[in-house]
Amino acid sequence: MISFLDFEKPIAELEARIAELRATADGSDLDIDGEIGRLEKKSAAMLAATYAKLTPWQKTQVARHPQRPHFLDYIRLAFTDFVPLAGDRTYGEDAAIIGGFATLDGRKVMVMGHEKGHDTPSRIKHNFGSAKPEGYRKAIRLMEMASKFGLPVVTLVDTAGAFPGVEAEERGQAEAIARSTEACLALGVPMVSAIVGEGGSGGAIAIAAANTVLMLEHSVYSVISPEGASSILWRTADKAADAATAMKVTAQDLLALNVIESIVPEPNGGAHRDPAATARTLAEAIGRELDALSGRSAAELVRQREERFLAIGSL
Amino acid sequence: MRRTGQKAVSKALFLQDWYETEMSWLSKVRNSISSLAKRDTPDNLWMKCPSCGEMLFAKDFEANLSVCPNCQHHGRIRTKTRFDLLLDDGYSVLPTPKVPENPLNFRDTKKYPDRLKAARAANPYPDALTNAAGTIDGRKAVLGVQDFAFMGGSMGMAVGEAFVAGVEKAVADNCAYIICTAAGGARMQEGILSLMQMPKTTVATRRLAAAGLPYIVVLTDPTTGGVTASYAMLGDVQIAEPGALIGFAGQRVIQDTIREKLPDGFQRAEYLHAHGMVDMVVHRKDLKGTLATLLGYLERKEVA
Repeated sequence: MISFLDFEKPIAELEARIAELRATADGSDLDIDGEIGRLEKKSAAMLAATYAKLTPWQKTQVARHPQRPHFLDYIRLAFTDFVPLAGDRTYGEDAAIIGGFATLDGRKVMVMGHEKGHDTPSRIKHNFGSAKPEGYRKAIRLMEMASKFGLPVVTLVDTAGAFPGVEAEERGQAEAIARSTEACLALGVPMVSAIVGEGGSGGAIAIAAANTVLMLEHSVYSVISPEGASSILWRTADKAADAATAMKVTAQDLLALNVIESIVPEPNGGAHRDPAATARTLAEAIGRELDALSGRSAAELVRQREERFLAIGSL
Repeated sequence: MRRTGQKAVSKALFLQDWYETEMSWLSKVRNSISSLAKRDTPDNLWMKCPSCGEMLFAKDFEANLSVCPNCQHHGRIRTKTRFDLLLDDGYSVLPTPKVPENPLNFRDTKKYPDRLKAARAANPYPDALTNAAGTIDGRKAVLGVQDFAFMGGSMGMAVGEAFVAGVEKAVADNCAYIICTAAGGARMQEGILSLMQMPKTTVATRRLAAAGLPYIVVLTDPTTGGVTASYAMLGDVQIAEPGALIGFAGQRVIQDTIREKLPDGFQRAEYLHAHGMVDMVVHRKDLKGTLATLLGYLERKEVA
């Protein structure tokens, strides 16, 4: 059962009517298949029309949809032979960032990303996808190992931001993020990042300073959450929609700003309506980018990554 | 004028607060237009230390490097004061690189270009980070200074590009790059492009390291957000000024997350030192000498 977002209300009503008709049809010999088919077509068209013109704020809501596929869904649906690797060897294991060896359509890679969890116990276990320093230090460890053994690095980004807490500050959240970003830039192997949900500020860039950055069609990526920008710049909590528009947070905006390389299309109505299809499209897109980067020397890969970021804001 | 400035200093300033600070700056500038005469009134001769409350003679405070003689509270200082403090006479201020302006066509309650214009009218340099090339007790260095008075020191493309330019100058001159950080964080008006300055500046620190040149960070009050989470934490040697607020997340955000009282001295320089995040906390009067000593140790020895 899909939970509908506020702006999907007309679609939700139509879907409810279809379900009602189905229930009636089951209990009688009335032939209403034709009517159901017609309504289903109408619902799909409404969904397509709605999703074709989502506002930045609506996209933010889709990117945060509780049923949107997360890291472990993609591991299950797009990768094989996943071997999770745990711990930063310094302090602990942070389940907000998961990583390990995996195979992507025959390519051996090091994969890592934020996991938000899908119900209350798993959300708590994964700290809602907000990593602490040990999460970023684990990412650094895995990146360095990938570089050592020639494994390309794939990251899936999905976080509201790095965890803002006392212990995170004490253990050097800022340093961990800075070093993780540095580790991305130092990689002698190809690195492809995909923003699959929320790309939340420093907590996202720490594992997204890649050779190639992709975004799912309805994902968002920004320096601060629209709510945060609203409260700082507008001095009110209710300007998040305006802030989302002003900050240009959508995949389409970021492609136009040359911050990402391409957009990976989502199924009609968003990734959460068909996680398997989303995972397949994403796997193929990441695979293509990895192939395009393969065969380049470590020096070339480092250079390309450096130039990519040096160019942003340079005249 | 001093008093207003010190009032702003006394506040704990976080990412969330830079806007407010900017506003206080604007009103300060507005007031200053008609306040030249007011400047010498007794009201402005004296100021209250924002930390200990001691009444100080404003000129004495300034002569004491904006450090309270009573409690050693370190007030914020401007870019030129910092250059004069740390560099030998005869340094040269480097031009601030030009960057694309307002590619997002951003406006909140005001247009971003209007905010920039106001900040430029109130500041001697065109953005929040300015470099100077010179010597420190005779040792060559390029010194970058971030000025909190310019839109909260916030890191946008101009700051990122200036940082890269400063490092490039250091590489060209075969000398150290020293940065005095001060920022509420990334400049939100530049959206994702400000976030991208985190990897961009990190490319620069890597190039400095590849050239075998020293990178020294002096964390001054306040350094938070995306600046802390990039070049401000990557120094070969990390120095902090006493009492400086240094952190990743703002205290209000953390308070909202944990819903309990923050520890005493949380995110202050001494707290970071105790937690292993900085090498030393150095009094402003000893800063130049410390940098000179460090540069002496970090000079490249010729390999036989």
